[in-house]
Parts: sequence; C-alpha cells; structure tokens
Amino acid sequence: MSADLIVAIIITLIGASTPILIAALGELVVEKSGVLNLGVEGMMLIGAVIAFAVTYTSGNPWLGIVCAAIASAAASMIFAFLTLTLSANQVATGLALTIFGTGFSALFGQAYTGRPIEIFRSVFPTELATHPFWRLVFGHSPLVYFSLFLVFAVWWFLKKTRAGLILRAVGENDLSAHSIGYSVIGVRYAAVAFGGAMAGIAGSCFPLLLTPQWAERLTAGRGWIALALVVFAAWRPFRLLGGAYLFGLVMTIELYTKASGSTGGIPSEFWAALPYLSTIAVLVLISLRRSGQSAAPACLGRPFLPTN
Amino acid sequence: MSILNRRTVLKIGGAGLALPLIGGAAFAQDGPLKIGFVNVGPKDDNGWTYGHWVGAQALEAEFGDKIAITFVESVPEGPDCERVLRELAQQGNKIIFATSFGFGDYVIKVAREFPDVKFEHATGYQRSDNVATYNARFHEGRAVMGTLAGHLSKTNTIGYIGTFPIPEVVMGINAFTLAARRINPEIKVNVVWLSSWHDPAKESDAARALIDQGADIIAQHSDGPAALQVAEERGIIGGFGQGADMSAFAPKAHLSAIIDVWAPHYIQVVKDVQAGTWVSDDSWPGIAAGEVVIGPYNEKIPADVVAAAEAVKAGIIDGSFNPFTGPIVDNAGTERTPAGAVIDDAGLWAMDWYVEGVQA
Repeated sequence: MSADLIVAIIITLIGASTPILIAALGELVVEKSGVLNLGVEGMMLIGAVIAFAVTYTSGNPWLGIVCAAIASAAASMIFAFLTLTLSANQVATGLALTIFGTGFSALFGQAYTGRPIEIFRSVFPTELATHPFWRLVFGHSPLVYFSLFLVFAVWWFLKKTRAGLILRAVGENDLSAHSIGYSVIGVRYAAVAFGGAMAGIAGSCFPLLLTPQWAERLTAGRGWIALALVVFAAWRPFRLLGGAYLFGLVMTIELYTKASGSTGGIPSEFWAALPYLSTIAVLVLISLRRSGQSAAPACLGRPFLPTN
Repeated sequence: MSILNRRTVLKIGGAGLALPLIGGAAFAQDGPLKIGFVNVGPKDDNGWTYGHWVGAQALEAEFGDKIAITFVESVPEGPDCERVLRELAQQGNKIIFATSFGFGDYVIKVAREFPDVKFEHATGYQRSDNVATYNARFHEGRAVMGTLAGHLSKTNTIGYIGTFPIPEVVMGINAFTLAARRINPEIKVNVVWLSSWHDPAKESDAARALIDQGADIIAQHSDGPAALQVAEERGIIGGFGQGADMSAFAPKAHLSAIIDVWAPHYIQVVKDVQAGTWVSDDSWPGIAAGEVVIGPYNEKIPADVVAAAEAVKAGIIDGSFNPFTGPIVDNAGTERTPAGAVIDDAGLWAMDWYVEGVQA
C-alpha cells in the first residue's frame, strides 16, 4: 500500500466521521445536563437543508454553516419548551423532533433538489498539500478542523470551567443544584440550544463536505449513530473522538477493500454488518472492564419537577 | 393532476368512506378515467420517481380530460402503502400504478378486494387476474455505457457502485462488463456494494475509494449524482447518469446516461383499459420500445467511440445484437453460455454470478 493510498484512506475516514463527531459532541453536552434529545437526526436534516439553501443562494458556505446552526438550535428550542417548560416525555418529544425535521427538510428542500453547489474547499492553499504527510495536516475541510477544536473545547468546558461544573451538577443531581440556587431549567435550555447548533453544523457537513447536493434524507441515519456514539464513549469527549474515527475507519476500509478488487471472498453482507459487529465488540470490552457501573448522568431523561 | 402525500390521502379517504352512505350514484362510471400512482420517493428525486412523474405527465398530454391522475409521493414500503392503495381504489381509481418493488405484497392483497381495479406493479414478479407487472431492460442501456467505458478507460480499471446484490443489479454489472471487455479484454470492473438505495454520502465515499485505487470511470446503480460529483472534482474520465440525465451536476464527467421512459407503457395500459382488452401480463421492453433511452453523449467523447456505442444501440433495436450473447465465462472461469447462444429472460432473473473481469 502506497503512502498516497494510506493518506487518501485517512482523509476519507476523517470526512466520513466528522458529521457524526460534531453531532455527538453536541448531544454529549445535552446529556451531561440531564436531557436526552433523540431529535439529532431531524436537527441534522434541518441543518443540511438550510446549509445547502443558504450556500446555494448566497454563494457563501460560511454563512450556510452559521444559518444551519441557528436553524437547528431554533428547532431544538421547540423540544426544550415541550420537555423542560411543559415537562413532556423527552423520548417521545425527541422522536417527534426527528419526524418533524425529516418532513420539514423534505418540504423546504423541494426547491433545491437537482441543483449543484460549489465544493467547500480547504482553507489552506493547495501548494501546501502536495506531499502526502502535509496533505494529512493541511488537506482537510474547515469543518474537520472545527470538529477537532470542538473535542478539545467540550472537554475543557466540562472539566476545567465553573460553568461546566454547574452543568454536570445539574445533570447528576438537579434537586441539589436547584437548592443551592442554580437555574436547572436555564442550564438545560442552554445545553439543548448548544446541542441543536452542533447538530445543525453536523448537518451542514453533508452538502458542504461530503456531497455538494441536496437530497431527501441526506443524512441517512447518521444522527442515530451519533446518539449511540455518546453511550459508546461513556460521555467522554476524547473517547468520542476515538469512537467516531473507529466507526469511520470500519466504514471506509470496507469501501477501499472492495474498491481494490480483492475482497478475499468475503460476502458484501458481512462488510455491511461490520460497523455494528465492531460496535457490539467494543461495548462488550468496555462493560467487561467497568463491570456494571453506568457512566450515564444520573438525571438523564428525567423531567425536573421540584416538589416543595 | 393532483399531487398528494400519504397523509392527505388518508385524510381524504376518511371522508370518502362516508360517501357511499349518501348514495351509490356518487360512484357512477361517467366522467374521466381515474388513475392513481403510488411512489416510494418525491417526484423531484432526479431519478426513479421523477421518471414515473414524467410518465404521468405524458398520460395527461395524450388523453387530456379523459383521465384524472392522482400522484401520491413518498409512500414508505410497508403497511402505509397498503392503506394508500386501498384509499385510491375506494376513491374510484380504475388503474393503479405501484412503482416500487417493495409494494408487491400489498398490491396483491388489496387487488383481491377490488377485482374491478387494474393494478400495475413496477419491477415486481407477483401477478394475479387484476395485477400486471412491468419493468424496463435497463441492462441494454448498460451495454451501451459499457461500450463507451471499454473505449475510454486508460487505466483498464472501472469502478461500479452497486446497491444490493439482487438479479436486477447483477444483470446490469454483467451487461456493462461484457460490453466493455468486448472492446478491451484487459478491463477489470471493481464493485463496491452500498447496502442502501439512497445514501449520497456513502456513494461519494465509495467513488473516492474507487478513484484512489485506480478507477478512471465509475458506473453506478444508485440513483443520485453523488458519484458523478466526485468524478468531476477529481477530474477522472467520468461516469454515467442513472435513471435521468445528470449532466447538470458534472458537465465534464457526465459521459452519457440511461434514462427511464415509462410513457409508452403507461399510454398502452390506458388504451387497453379503455378498449377493454387489458390482461394481466408481464411487460419488459427496452431500448427498442423507447422505454430505455440513451442520454446525450458528452462532447469530449471521440466521434468513433460515439459511433461504436450507437452501433450497439442500433443492434439492440433491430434485434441483431443481444448483450448476453455467448461465449460467456463467469469470474471463476466456468463457461456459462456457449458461443452463439443467449441467456433467456428466466436465466437473467436468476442471475447470481458475475462474468469474467468483475471483482465483486
């Protein structure tokens, strides 16, 4: 295998992992605050269609990303109002948000099917990325650098800042946080809005990083993978990075093995099942090491109802 | 023509159920012939459902006020499609076109309850007294595309993005490869399976993987233009539109396209129903009947290559050439069809092997 091919595989796997990573980091913060938002797939679709529409109309992908973040954050506010203010069931409301996002994106996107946009190119000049190694450093879309920055930022926020400590306290013990004067609902609103914005940016990766077009259900279920990844990573940002890239590697290796014309007689159905098999394998390994102990925030999914 | 989504149909259906109580006269047979379409995707998907939408428009152009079409979009393959089929039958539609493979079981079930309604199921295999099936010989178009690829490839490596390894897809891969290797026996076709009909992000990653490993032409069975966009960006020789002309997405890389044209079949069905001569059968025409149309050739293709592709097309039309003419050897080295013989339709629908040169 040549260096060029290895670099090509790595660049493809990072691209495939990036939307999953960004969406999962957003959801990680939401879940750390004690809220379970299953609407990630729907919010990603809203982000994808808004990013496409704005980029198509304005010609400016940066504006597309910002508008995608705002639109998906706005959609997440519907979820927040229903579950946080009205204490509706989070699981059901999250699923409804996904259905809403799927329908909204299909309706809004009707005007944009069949229209191409320009590819959102690397921020660095292409001369920097001629050698394989430098291509690995400089050859990515800005969205990839953003996702790596986000891993660090989320880790730093949760571990090192006072606001992160409050957010974790709200997720682990909402009544205690409430009794010492923190606004549980306020913190959760902020977390849900952040998660929505990240899902929107994750959605914008589809037309701006992976395939410059709008098509119905463009995300093809990757929002659900992001949700699973948060559990897989035991709510830790750096493990999330590893998990997302592992998942991307499995998906990409499958394509490259088949594209080389040498599958070694392994049927295609096995390759299709491999991501799920590897997920199960890793989950078994994790649970063997941390027998029975759950890393989930204690208040995850429970409505906050202070009774006094 | 009214365009509905699934939910609207179910709502209207609720009201429709009450109508027979007012009086049977409401369902008298005068007025236009009502025709329903049930589709799995939106009409502007650039591919499969769009093709049927164009077919429905052709019906309106042909019959005008004599027919009334209801075109239902985005009906999932499952219990919802059964309800939509039943609603359309209850609303007095006399012909119902169900245009996705997965609708089959439900079509058979609903058709039993409505013996007066003619059902036409696209790409299906189950028939009954009032259920006919229809399809198009897309593999004939793939033989034309394969001829282009055999002439144009410089690396002798062609990538093929497959969806699911079912006979329809395998048939296409084999027809394409046989045609390409008739021109250049060095050609290898590497197949990447997606396990999905619609996942544009995975389609582009598959195209990247194929190009990184030396493919300079990419063929695909998936519906969208994602692979063509990657081909355009990477500057390889190109690829082919699937189901529709996709040159808007990749003006340089789009070499030609296989376009689905359902209008001839739809017009014939309506004529047969009007004349009372409709019978349940299986219709599987191809290029000769105008159901499979070869799109415009990219201007960068040399004239002699276009002529070679046109010759294959002409041979298929006048019957002098069959894409599955022997000798055909499979990729394990076994002879499947001797020289001069052709594979019949039953053999095509049972195809679960690959011709020499395919690496799948």
